[in-house]
Order: sequence, then C-alpha cells, then structure tokens
Amino acid sequence: MSVWIDEKLCNGCRRCLKACPYNAVEVEEGKARILERCTSCGACLAECPQSAIFTDIEPRSIPDFSDRKGVWVFAEQEEGRLMPVSLELLGKASELAAELDEDVSALLLGSRVSGLAPTLLEYGADRVYLAEHRALKVYRTLAYTRVVSELIEELRPGIVLMGATTVGRDLAPRVSRRVGAGLTADCTGLAIDPEERILLQTRPAFGGNVMATIANRYSRPQMATVRPGVMEPRRRQGGKGRVIRRKVSLLEKEIGVKLLERVKEKRKGEALSRARVVVAGGRGVGDRTGFRALERLAAVLGGEVAGTRVAVEEGWIPQDRQVGQTGLTVRPELYVACGISGAIQHRAGMMGSRYVIVVNRDPRAPIFQVADWGIVGDLRDVVPEMTKRLKRVLGR
Amino acid sequence: MNIIVLIKQVPDTTEVKLDPRTGNLIREGIDSVMNPDDRHALEAGLRLKESGGGKVTVLSMGPPQAIDVISEALGMGADRGVLLTDRAFAGADTWATSHTLGKAVEKIGDYDLILCGRQAIDGDTAQIGPQVAEYLGIPQVTYVFGMEEVKGRSMTVRRRIEAGYERLRVSLPALFTVTAEANSPRDPVIGSLLAACGAKAPIQVWDAADLGMTTAQVGLEGSLTHVIRTFPPKSQRAGEILEGSPAQAVEDLVGRLKERNLI
Repeated sequence: MSVWIDEKLCNGCRRCLKACPYNAVEVEEGKARILERCTSCGACLAECPQSAIFTDIEPRSIPDFSDRKGVWVFAEQEEGRLMPVSLELLGKASELAAELDEDVSALLLGSRVSGLAPTLLEYGADRVYLAEHRALKVYRTLAYTRVVSELIEELRPGIVLMGATTVGRDLAPRVSRRVGAGLTADCTGLAIDPEERILLQTRPAFGGNVMATIANRYSRPQMATVRPGVMEPRRRQGGKGRVIRRKVSLLEKEIGVKLLERVKEKRKGEALSRARVVVAGGRGVGDRTGFRALERLAAVLGGEVAGTRVAVEEGWIPQDRQVGQTGLTVRPELYVACGISGAIQHRAGMMGSRYVIVVNRDPRAPIFQVADWGIVGDLRDVVPEMTKRLKRVLGR
Repeated sequence: MNIIVLIKQVPDTTEVKLDPRTGNLIREGIDSVMNPDDRHALEAGLRLKESGGGKVTVLSMGPPQAIDVISEALGMGADRGVLLTDRAFAGADTWATSHTLGKAVEKIGDYDLILCGRQAIDGDTAQIGPQVAEYLGIPQVTYVFGMEEVKGRSMTVRRRIEAGYERLRVSLPALFTVTAEANSPRDPVIGSLLAACGAKAPIQVWDAADLGMTTAQVGLEGSLTHVIRTFPPKSQRAGEILEGSPAQAVEDLVGRLKERNLI
C-alpha cells in the first residue's frame, strides 16, 4: 500500500506539497518526492494537475449515515450552575443545525437540575433530554458515560458537542470509544461542508503553530470538544421547546469511583477570563515595576492585568494571570498587548478578543499581525501617555 | 503492584518553527523527547513501585527511533519496555491508537494500574487515556496530581478540577492520567541508561501481527477521523498603525476607541 510519483510527469508545481497534511512531500531539483513518513492518506492525488501521483490504495467506502440526524450539546453543570461553554455550544449548534435543516438537543444530567432546562431552551435548544439521579449529582466518568452513551445509541444523533473542560475532556473520549465514534479535541472552529454535509472540525496542533481541519467521515456521531470562550452564546426571544425526562438506573458499584471530598480552592483567573478589558505585558515590559504602569492603565480602563509565559517565568506576574496555550484563554472587548512579540502560543489565548491594541518597539513583531490598532514605540512612553489621556477623557 | 506506563516520543514543540514562505512546519532538525506529562506519569509509577513493590513496564507506539524514550525510561528505573512499531501504524488517530495500545496492554497482561500523561504536547488531545480505559473496561481518573494510600483493591487519589480538587477512591485495576503538578521526575542513572541501550536490554518490539491486528484496524486505515487540511493560523484584523509622537498616536487611538464606544 503506497503512493508514488511519476518523475517524468511531475512539473514541480508543489501543489502536492501544500495538500499533504503530514509534510511528507519534498520538492528537490524541480521534482516532488514522497517521504518515508507518508501515511498513504491520498490527499495529494486530486491536487496534481499533471496526474503524476499514483496509488494502489482502494478508496474506503463511506457508510450511509442518512438516518443520523440532530445536533446535540452536552449541557455541563456544576453544583446546579451551567458552565458558560454549554451556552456557547448551543449558539454554535443552532448555526450548524440551521445549515443541515436539523434541530438542536441539549443533554442535561445531574440531580435536581431541571430548573436549568428553560435557560437551555432560551439559548437555542429545541429539546432538552433531562436525566436526573442521585448518582449523577457530581460528575463521575462511568455514570455519565453510561447515560450519555445509551442516549446516543438509542436516538442516533449526527453530531455531539461537549466543552473542552475537565469534565468534557474526561467524558467525550470515553463516550466516543463506547459508541464507536471518532472524536476531535479542543476545536476552535466548526462548520458544515456544503457538499459532503459533514462537520469540519478545526483545531490548533503542535502548540498552536498549525491549524488542522479534521473530518469524521467513517463514523457517527461526529464528536468534538470545543474550547471554552471561543463560540458565541446566542439568546433568542421566547425559546420554545420540550423537556423530555429520561429514566436512569445506576448502581454505585458499577461506577468504580467514590467521591470522598471536594476541596474548593480560589478559582484562579476567574476575574481575568471575564474581564471586559485586559492589559497584557510580555518580555518588553522589562521588570516587575514595568507592570505597575500596566496596572495603572488597567485600573483606568476598569480591566485586569495579564502576561505572557515569559512574564510569568520571570516572576513579574503570578502564573494565574498567564494568557496563552498553556494559560488562560480570554476574549475581552479590548486587549492591550504591551511589549509582547506575539508567539503563536500567546496568540492562541487572545485571538478571540473583540479589539486588539498593540504597543511594541519592534514594527516587525508578529503581534502586529493580530492588531486592530498598533503603536510602534517605547511602552514606557506610550503606556503612561494612554493612562493620562484616558483618565482625562473618562474623568477618573 | 504491577504498573504499565504509556509513554510517547514527541517533537520538542518549544523549538517548532514555521517556514515563513510556505507556512509549513519545519520538522527537520528538531529533537525528539519523552512527552513531558508522561515523564511525570512514569515518576509516579516508579514511586509506587518503590513504596509498595511490583514492576513497572513502559509501553510506547511510534517509529523505530521511539525506542530511545523506552531506554530512557529504563534508565530512570522501569523494569521492562515494549515498543509497538510498524509502518502500518502511521497516521493513526486516537481511535486506532487506543485500540492498538489496548491490545498491547492485554498482551502484557497482569496489571493493577495504568498510568499516562495528561496529554501529549504534539496533539494536545488528552484522549488516549480515557479511550484505552474504555477499551479495557476499567475505571479512569484524569488530571491526577496526588496519590494517597493503596488499600486492598482500591486507591485514593487527588484529581485537579477547575474549582479546586477532588479526593476519589477508585477500585483497581484503573487508569490514571497524571499532571505535571504531581511530582518532579528524576533523571536517568547513567549506568542503567547505558545498559538500557545495550543489546540485552529488556525491551520487546511488537508489530501489528504480534498484536493479532490487521492493517485495516491500525494506522490511517483503522482511523475514524482524518486531517483533511493544515494551514498556518491567520488573522483578519485591520492592523492600522497609528503614526506620530506618542502623544499624537495615543490621541488617535482614543479617537478610535470613542468611535466604537469602547470607552
């Protein structure tokens, strides 16, 4: 089983190189060459204008899934409160369902949580499947897996979405394996392919250096977890829909895990992830006192201070204020990036901001690529100037 | 207690760069390392062995050179290593990978605990742990950062959650995914590392046939999800540079903020 190129036909146009999701094509001296790491996925075949690429792979047949309908959202709640990502997912699900001409269902599991169902209807669910049981009071993998998997197997949805939270990332892979479905983690983009009518799932890979679009052609439901803070919740007027109660029978001994206690620790970064304005600093801030100026600007704007991994590693700001791939994802109305070069890992955590202001001495810093407004200059001059002027304008 | 630790060799993504011209990932010349979270899982396994006895087996799937991370694990104190390598494993998604690893765990057999890292830095999916646990039909606990006592056929662990942490009692055998918060991994011992790289090292290499799997069950063919496109991250913002002295630029900026009712 392999893919090969006929050198005589190849004109070195590099289209196959661009099409290859695995970087397994190389062009040398005007001829393309397939490398060892080729997985025989066949993505290059259709791209070649010379028809110079050949394969002996038999095309895999796609099963008929025309009976799989509906977009489902796992409505995650904790201690009777809905996680914001659940409403964000309903917003996206409504959009996808409209394109497919299907409807949206929310799965609500817990103990005495029926009061949350109207909110789900208001935010886009046409139907809420409600499963209440004492054993579902706190999230436990096997209890939740069983209820969700049984619903999927009985009602056969086409798409199932969950938040990429500690619960969603524990539950989704377990359910996917049980129901025999492919799963894509931590998506930042979801869309319906207009021709194939399948879900296109886009996510960052390699620490956010590359975006990859993934399809799930060979199994149903198409499952994905989605990063919190990426999709928009949409409230609708007079949300109508039905709440359908599901009977649940669960035995403690089949759950395998017993909760002894739950210890609350102050939620790190909560104020930051909800902030309307974030003023963030990076290496260019220089030292801890440099962050004072950022704090003053944040105070005037009624915002929060954050930083890059470098700022955290240097000890200029605490770890729970780190924005980026390994820190928090924020999506304020206004993000002010000061002395931040804009490594892709940092950008991953702030790309969802409504407007971005960049202050940096280096006009070639990649952060300018994501700026709405940029000021090239020394932040030691620019930031105090901003503080002064905004204070005057805002009368603070 | 017999422990199997799942480890993965990954490119060191802190070194990853993009080709500015093509936007493609430059993979050549990048070192491969043991996935950072897996190192914490291995350390946790070694500590359990030291306090309660038993054996630690490390299991990895990857190209032939992934044997390096197995040698390193033996150098840190693991007793035995198994490498799953086969051209047919290439391009596997988490469905095919968890199937293959699950088969290998069954073939190794006789385990009380399976440990793996929270997630791998090249894929960041965090799916393999739960999917292997489901394949084997055993309980799982993800985000484990503390292990307390082992009592009979159960164990108490601490699991990190958004609001703090949970203390859970889990029946064994079970699978845990371990976070970096759990411990500080040891360095390999030079003597053991050298022995682990030698011909007599206790490392076995299995291919698809050894696991009783057909090529249709593994790698790209055995996968349910497929990458159909990769591209560099892009921005769609205006990117207006405000010129002039700091005072002038800031004045313009304040004007823009007012226009959009941001202040």
